[in-house]
Amino acid sequence: MAALQNSLKAIDPLSRDRRGSPEDLTTEDVTVQDSVSIPTPEASAAMSDPVSHDQKAASGGPRRAEVKDLSFFYGDKQALWGVSLPIADRKVTALIGPSGCGKTTLLRCFNRMHDLYPGNRYEGEIRLYPEDVNIVSRDIDPMFVRLRIGMVFQKPNPFPKSVFENVASGLWVRGVRQKSIVSERVEWALQRAALWDEVKDRLRDSAYGLSGGQQQRLCIARALAPEPDMLLLDEPTSALDPVATARIEGLMMELASMVTIVIVTHNMQQAARVSDYTAFMYLGKIIEFGPTTTLFTTPNDPRTQDYITGRFG
Amino acid sequence: MTDRTLQMPPSTMPRIDERSLVQKAKRSDGCFEIVGLAVLVVSIFVLLALIFDFMADGLARIDYNFLINFPSRHPGQAGILSAWVGTTMVMVTTTFLAVPLGVAAGIYLEEYATKNLINDLIEINVTNLAGVPSIIYGLLALGLFVQTLGLGEIVLVAGMTLALLILPIIIVATREALRSIPLEIREAAYGLGADKWQAIRMYLLPAARPGILTGAIVGMSRAIGETAPLITIGALTFIAFLPPTPIQLEFPFINFDWLFSPFTAMPIQMFNWISRPQAGFHINAAATGLILLAMTLLMNGFAIWLRYRIRSKQ
Amino acid sequence: MAYAQDLSALLLSGERRHFGASPAFLKRRRLIGLVMRGILFTAAALSIFVTLGIVYVLVSESAKFFAHVSIFDFLFDTEWTPVFENPRFGIITLISGTFMSSLIALMVAVPLGTILAIYLSEYANSRVREIIKPCLELLAGIPTVAFGYFALLFLTPIFQIFIPGLSGFNLLVPGIVMGIMILPYIVSVSEDAMRAVPASLREGAYALGFSKLQTALRVIIPGAFSGVTAAYILGMSRAVGETMVVAIAAGQQARIAYNPLEGAATITAYIVQMSLGDLPHGSLAYLTIFAAGLTLFLMTFVFNIIAFWLRHKYREVY
Repeated sequence: MAALQNSLKAIDPLSRDRRGSPEDLTTEDVTVQDSVSIPTPEASAAMSDPVSHDQKAASGGPRRAEVKDLSFFYGDKQALWGVSLPIADRKVTALIGPSGCGKTTLLRCFNRMHDLYPGNRYEGEIRLYPEDVNIVSRDIDPMFVRLRIGMVFQKPNPFPKSVFENVASGLWVRGVRQKSIVSERVEWALQRAALWDEVKDRLRDSAYGLSGGQQQRLCIARALAPEPDMLLLDEPTSALDPVATARIEGLMMELASMVTIVIVTHNMQQAARVSDYTAFMYLGKIIEFGPTTTLFTTPNDPRTQDYITGRFG
Repeated sequence: MTDRTLQMPPSTMPRIDERSLVQKAKRSDGCFEIVGLAVLVVSIFVLLALIFDFMADGLARIDYNFLINFPSRHPGQAGILSAWVGTTMVMVTTTFLAVPLGVAAGIYLEEYATKNLINDLIEINVTNLAGVPSIIYGLLALGLFVQTLGLGEIVLVAGMTLALLILPIIIVATREALRSIPLEIREAAYGLGADKWQAIRMYLLPAARPGILTGAIVGMSRAIGETAPLITIGALTFIAFLPPTPIQLEFPFINFDWLFSPFTAMPIQMFNWISRPQAGFHINAAATGLILLAMTLLMNGFAIWLRYRIRSKQ
Repeated sequence: MAYAQDLSALLLSGERRHFGASPAFLKRRRLIGLVMRGILFTAAALSIFVTLGIVYVLVSESAKFFAHVSIFDFLFDTEWTPVFENPRFGIITLISGTFMSSLIALMVAVPLGTILAIYLSEYANSRVREIIKPCLELLAGIPTVAFGYFALLFLTPIFQIFIPGLSGFNLLVPGIVMGIMILPYIVSVSEDAMRAVPASLREGAYALGFSKLQTALRVIIPGAFSGVTAAYILGMSRAVGETMVVAIAAGQQARIAYNPLEGAATITAYIVQMSLGDLPHGSLAYLTIFAAGLTLFLMTFVFNIIAFWLRHKYREVY
């Protein structure tokens, strides 16, 4: 009971500020530095972080989250084996790997999606910063986590409602129902998702009238509207045509300036295009992690090399 | 990589009290779970109350005499002999008519029917007939079988009426059973060179047998309890005789006279006794109802168990 | 060795062999197949004849009825006294009894059924579902006479303790009992509709921070809307067509049913009542049961068609 109360206190909104807090792991200086220049691969490799494993190259800036020795079990079957991974604040981190490597499983740990189905178990931690709380702990209600971390799914899944109501649903559920605020945020979110111009005249029409690419951008807007700390994207463009894919990829880089993004993709080129950091996974383990350019041009591990060059996958 | 020096406008998102949101959600979910369980309990409670009511009122009344006596003006001497004999005869007729017809129709609809107007019409028809009130079937039988065809108020007509009533149940059960045959069995049958009818007769029907049986039992259980159509076709409520026995001593040892005899049935007898003011008859009604309940609960329970076994085998 | 030589000689000879299936055999098989197909089709087509038969009987007998009684009187007269000296044939009376009892049944079954369906599809674990679904099936299998007995001889006396003005025959108790009777149907059809809502929609809602109840009310039910409405309409149709419970517990008094605390005859109860007596075939009183039956058939037919169309519609969306 005490542990629960402590955890609750840790993410009490009164003790933190949405836009970065004095309790950040790294100092304000580093944050400012980040906004001026992107650390070079050499600099980031040189920067040592006492908490990271030897295998994982340190990420260059403040962290929004950190996966620490996470194992995950579907019932008796183990799917993740001691995964450790830093998630850089307001950057795009990509998870790549062949089918069945556990990247989606790992992604869904971040917002406790596995809790929806009986028999699943987490071991280890995913710490969310700046509160420094283990979000896969049994003491934390999944709803807490989902109120802070949003998700966009592989296949667009708008609710059977109007465009406006879809985007507004995240706000409604958080108790934000005042019409003026809601309208403003809906417009803001649709602008951020590059959908506003296409739907501003049909906000009250059914969401199912939109094309596949539009529906996916709608889902992005829906996830963005309540301003989450982190956005999880599960192969968001795999069900879309190349034009829609390109539009959403363009979005991602802008979005990352506001919200930390973790994206799972089986399309390596996409990872190379949009992400700052990439983790290569295989059989439930992180094989290699580092800045995207490094991982793709000079990977350390031969398995990474094989996957990138298409020898398996 | 783009420069990330974008100046973000101040956030318009109001402060959210996550803790109270989660608490409220937990409370409403917990509340609903309690309400749901309460509804569950009420439903089961009604079921049990009904069963216990019948047992309390009627169990003591059931004895050997009750089973072999005819109805009488004196409640203490009345029995259900004519009623259960009639029910048995009607049920046999119903089953013999409904099962072959229903299975045949189900096979056609599931295996042979292509997408055309007639077959669509048949399907809509079956769905519609499933929702027609049972008393309408009684009116159909009254107008068509009893009057126009001049058959009168006999066991055969009752069997035909109830068979039509439960036909949709058997058809749907057959279709479901055929639909859930694993693809491997179908492919094996056709791969061996069987034509359609051979495949159905020798492979598919045997595989679908448990499902069809389940449907037949459910249909029969429904037919046993039906009262309204039987009353409408003119089944008698007070008969002190039995239909002729089917077995006779001379060749061919079976006669079908009983099909053409007037009859009564247990639900009718029960209804008749409930309608009398004397408490003694109410007790008789409870006893009859208990027997009916036992039969339908057993049959339905058996069907549920069968279905469970089929599902666990798959 | 010799066998192989024979075989190759056979194959090389160019003769057509059927390896056991002679042309006559195949032809007979095909004939049997065609005959069987014909028999099976006849069995299936029988259902059309059943419907035609129902329509024919109801319409032809009602036609004879309407030769004597004007449709206007039938629909708008306010009394139903077919066996009196000056008979009156206002079907509104019977319809009001049917309506009132069915309304009460729906007022019981719709909230309880919906709550139970949501509980089963969103909250209950599989063990609870394994127990409650068979219980509902057993409930659905109980003969309606038994429910009638239960309503008249067990529940009504109990209710009379709490509701002083409740008469021995009334519409309230059979209405409630009918509600319990149609509960399994409403739960079953609604729950099927809710389970058909794709998991992706559920996950999307939870990922946004919806609670279970919010997901059920704001995402699942709208997503299963046509199926759930179809369930309600099917339940209504069932309640309207129900005979024995009302025949036993609601009395035979044909009156405009304002007051659920008093009994009133329904269409179905009337038909039963008439059939119990001795009706000279062809008499006006005899014909009334067909006119009443036609009214009933039309009502349930409309309900069933709407429910069918709704269920068809929701199957297309996903």
